[in-house]
Amino acid sequence: MLARRLIPCLDVADGVVVKGVRFRDHRVVGDIVELARRYAADGADELVFYDITASPEGRRVDTAWVERVARELDIPFCVAGGIRSVADAEAVLAAGADKVSVNSPALARPALVDELAARFGSQCVVIGVDVDAQADDHGSWRVVANSGKPDAASDSGRDLLGWVREVADRGAGEIVLNAIRSDGVRGGYALAQLAAVRAATTLPLVASGGAGTPAHFAEVFERCGVDAALAASVFHSGEIRLPELKRFLAARGIVVRP
Amino acid sequence: MSVQAIIVAAGGANFGSLQQACRRIGVDAAVSADPARIKAATHVILPGVGAAAQAMQALRDSGLDCVLAALTQPLLGICLGMQLLFEASEEAPAQAPAGADAAPAVTRCLGLLPGAVHRLPAAPSWPHMGWNRITLRQPAHALFDGLDGDDWFYFVHGYAAASGAHAIALAEHGRPFAAAVARGNVHGVQFHPEKSAAAGRRLLRNFFALT
Repeated sequence: MLARRLIPCLDVADGVVVKGVRFRDHRVVGDIVELARRYAADGADELVFYDITASPEGRRVDTAWVERVARELDIPFCVAGGIRSVADAEAVLAAGADKVSVNSPALARPALVDELAARFGSQCVVIGVDVDAQADDHGSWRVVANSGKPDAASDSGRDLLGWVREVADRGAGEIVLNAIRSDGVRGGYALAQLAAVRAATTLPLVASGGAGTPAHFAEVFERCGVDAALAASVFHSGEIRLPELKRFLAARGIVVRP
Repeated sequence: MSVQAIIVAAGGANFGSLQQACRRIGVDAAVSADPARIKAATHVILPGVGAAAQAMQALRDSGLDCVLAALTQPLLGICLGMQLLFEASEEAPAQAPAGADAAPAVTRCLGLLPGAVHRLPAAPSWPHMGWNRITLRQPAHALFDGLDGDDWFYFVHGYAAASGAHAIALAEHGRPFAAAVARGNVHGVQFHPEKSAAAGRRLLRNFFALT
């Protein structure tokens, strides 16, 4: 039986991790490889690196740090942010990333999903989908575009479930559903939207945004049947540590890799 | 005898993580499509990311299909590389090749192991992506020295070989399938040892210890 995955997400700007990360009593800000190694040693099942500068500035991801991570890391990792074309994805995958995650560029040009799947295989193609967790139009939600740029964030005009089905048909290999308003607020994952997406597709589904307590992780696995849960601040602050979180989940009967 | 490992460059796959994983356990594995170097290696790894038809086409175009079939030293197929060891795969090209009327229903593979590779069921999820446990056939093969059913390996695939006679480890996702196979010098693992943390390191070490 597949283990439910736990995925720390690290924000990268100009080749360094930009938010402080606390391990035991030690605070590390900066070195991507050191942080990646520590999370891997702590039992992270996968890592996501989000290049927060590449996307808004219209730049391609700098592949030097991707190569450094690939040299050291023996768990899978995904690169998000700044991937707008097959050539962008190729550079990141050739540098050693296992997957690329694409969000707004896929909304702007959905054929990009087909192109990426045809060129690299669906297993490499993750589609990030942002939704407003507080909005509720009787079970129908709109996908938010350009959420990485507060000034440019806008309604994409697309319905959440319709978009998920469309990218699945186009060859996506995984969906990361990110609740943007609860992101950082730590009020729990967007359960209603996640459960609806779970019912709409058999693609691997990753919950993102809103994790504040171990119970939030248990709840999203138990109630929404997601394959993985992604979080940033609770892991980086040291408030939730992966070994303890995995023991907590295992005690609740959730299958995790110890 | 020191290990002279070669990673077979078939198609435009990403060999970096596998090469680095070898380096982390002290093995300098060169990436090559040169028949002479492959024949001279002590250990040969056939990696595979992408689709079966393209990978087989690349092997045939370069004559490496015959080179691989003639090897007597330990050979390890990883993921798609393991699937290519069988006679055929249901993962067929979507489009007909140039000059043909229709796309073939199956992709003919290397045929170093009997049997075929089939698509995994749509439920519970497709593709099979993530960490899973395996069950070792007893007595355990040397590839799994120091490993047991408590170890987790990272899988990413939509097709798999049935749990036939040459399976040395089984896994289950929708249906049971061969997680690892061995016959003589030919070995294959459906998971990615280079992405499977400590268990994967151990498996690669065990492979390079085979003679």
